[in-house]
Amino acid sequence: MSDTYTLYNSTVMDHFMNPRNMGDLKEADGIGEVGAAACGDIMKISIKIKDGKIEDARFKTFGCGSAIASSSMATELIKGRTIEEAMNFSNQEVVDALGGLPPVKIHCSVLAEEALKAALEDYVKKHPESAKKAELVAA
Amino acid sequence: MRNVYLDNQSATPMLPEAVAAMMPYFTEAYGNASSLHQQGLRVREAMAKARSQMAALINADSPDDIIFTSDGTESANLAIKGVAYANQRKGNHIVISETEHPSVINSIEFLEKQGFVCTKVKVDKEGMINPEDIRAALTDKTILIAVHHVNHDIGTIEPIKQISAIANEKGIPFYVDAEASAGWLPIDVKDWGVNLLSFSAHRFYGPKGVGVLYRNRKARMISILHGGVQEGGRRSGTENVPAIVGGGAAAEIALREMTTRMTHTARLQKRLWDGLKAKITYIKLNGPEPGPKRISTNLNLSTEFIEGEGQLLLCDLNGISVASGSSCVSKSLKISHVLGAIGLDHALAQGNIIMSFGKDNTEEEVDYVIETFGKIVTKLRGMSPMWDEFEKGVIDSVITPTGRGKSFSQHAADISGKAAH
Repeated sequence: MSDTYTLYNSTVMDHFMNPRNMGDLKEADGIGEVGAAACGDIMKISIKIKDGKIEDARFKTFGCGSAIASSSMATELIKGRTIEEAMNFSNQEVVDALGGLPPVKIHCSVLAEEALKAALEDYVKKHPESAKKAELVAA
Repeated sequence: MRNVYLDNQSATPMLPEAVAAMMPYFTEAYGNASSLHQQGLRVREAMAKARSQMAALINADSPDDIIFTSDGTESANLAIKGVAYANQRKGNHIVISETEHPSVINSIEFLEKQGFVCTKVKVDKEGMINPEDIRAALTDKTILIAVHHVNHDIGTIEPIKQISAIANEKGIPFYVDAEASAGWLPIDVKDWGVNLLSFSAHRFYGPKGVGVLYRNRKARMISILHGGVQEGGRRSGTENVPAIVGGGAAAEIALREMTTRMTHTARLQKRLWDGLKAKITYIKLNGPEPGPKRISTNLNLSTEFIEGEGQLLLCDLNGISVASGSSCVSKSLKISHVLGAIGLDHALAQGNIIMSFGKDNTEEEVDYVIETFGKIVTKLRGMSPMWDEFEKGVIDSVITPTGRGKSFSQHAADISGKAAH
């Protein structure tokens, strides 16, 4: 067959069909689970922290192709970043790395950002000393 | 790649006979039906034949009651706005069901901004309208009742004859949207006593771009497109002659083959639903069970703990064409209003897929779909945090409750801070 038509671009389709980092971390240091009120999607990100850096990340997602691709890409991007760097992570990075998302699907990348931040907050709650170190004390 | 086309409610492949009937009207018989010379008269005669073929499909008394439009949406707009405006001195109230097609609902929303008032009658859990609810909704200002014959999403066959009896008793024009049923179920406008009925040819192997509005003289209606006197002044604009001719040919064959097509699709429908429910846990059929209350062409399924767009994409990657009513598929991020109207839990509406059959589908294809869909569900559940949480007893199943854990919707609301929709 000469032509295949896809709903999303080839990067998004690749991350949907072959998601990276899909699953759970057995001994996660932080877990974030968030839902999108707009569409009903749910995303869960688990992270492993070592020496103040994200050593590993996994996701599970209940959602559409772009939600799965966004969580796959987000977990790829954040590995190796410090907690502080990860706290400044923006959904736009996911959108850019995926080569763009349809306008109506941008909220999927926001959900990935929120899931990551929820996981970081979970870690910081359990390890308040890390927050001080990173000057991330909540007001 | 193989293609198992299970979206026949959206469009069907054209019959070779219909294509052949159309061909001369692109090249050799290119006249305008309004012209009075040989070219025009030839085209006019071809349109007259198509009008008779369309009339026969719905057992209309007179081909003169057939108005050609561009599609179902235009037919619905003409029926609703045309009747409403023509009768506005009598009243301003319109009664529909809450599961009507957007072309009906949105036409009425447009009218509501101009002072018309609408009552949307509720449906039951299977999408069935109770005719007595229609009766109860009528007022002395009611000028139109509009109800679909078959629901496009969930396949419910509505009690048109009973609703028509009420409409006739009260002398109120009754419009039936038969887009989802024409060519697939017997339609008899005479026996039913309906005043207006619409359908399109692309649902039964005719071309896109031709719709039909049947209207008998008992219903006053004005034109909403203004121009020449095509279609007896009821629908201005140059007729799409090739499509009209092709649609007529498809209608004639649909009528002739209706029983065969119904039996064939009913067998596939049963085989697929039986196969899927045997293979996949926590799966639900929305709308009535296959049988007299459901059209044979449609299965609307909700598979729990996974989302519909992912199912649709993986089906497509495996050569299976399906539709979905999940919010992720809609541009508005809202679940199908039909699934909302039947009170389907949000979690199930999210996991929605619509498979619709045609005459060319085979049992072998159905078996492939059962096998493949089973694998797709396993893959998506493996990625879904909801499946984990169900297995851990954090959330419960809506389809087969275990009594452990909170509802999916409650869980989703807890983590998102507010309820979806």
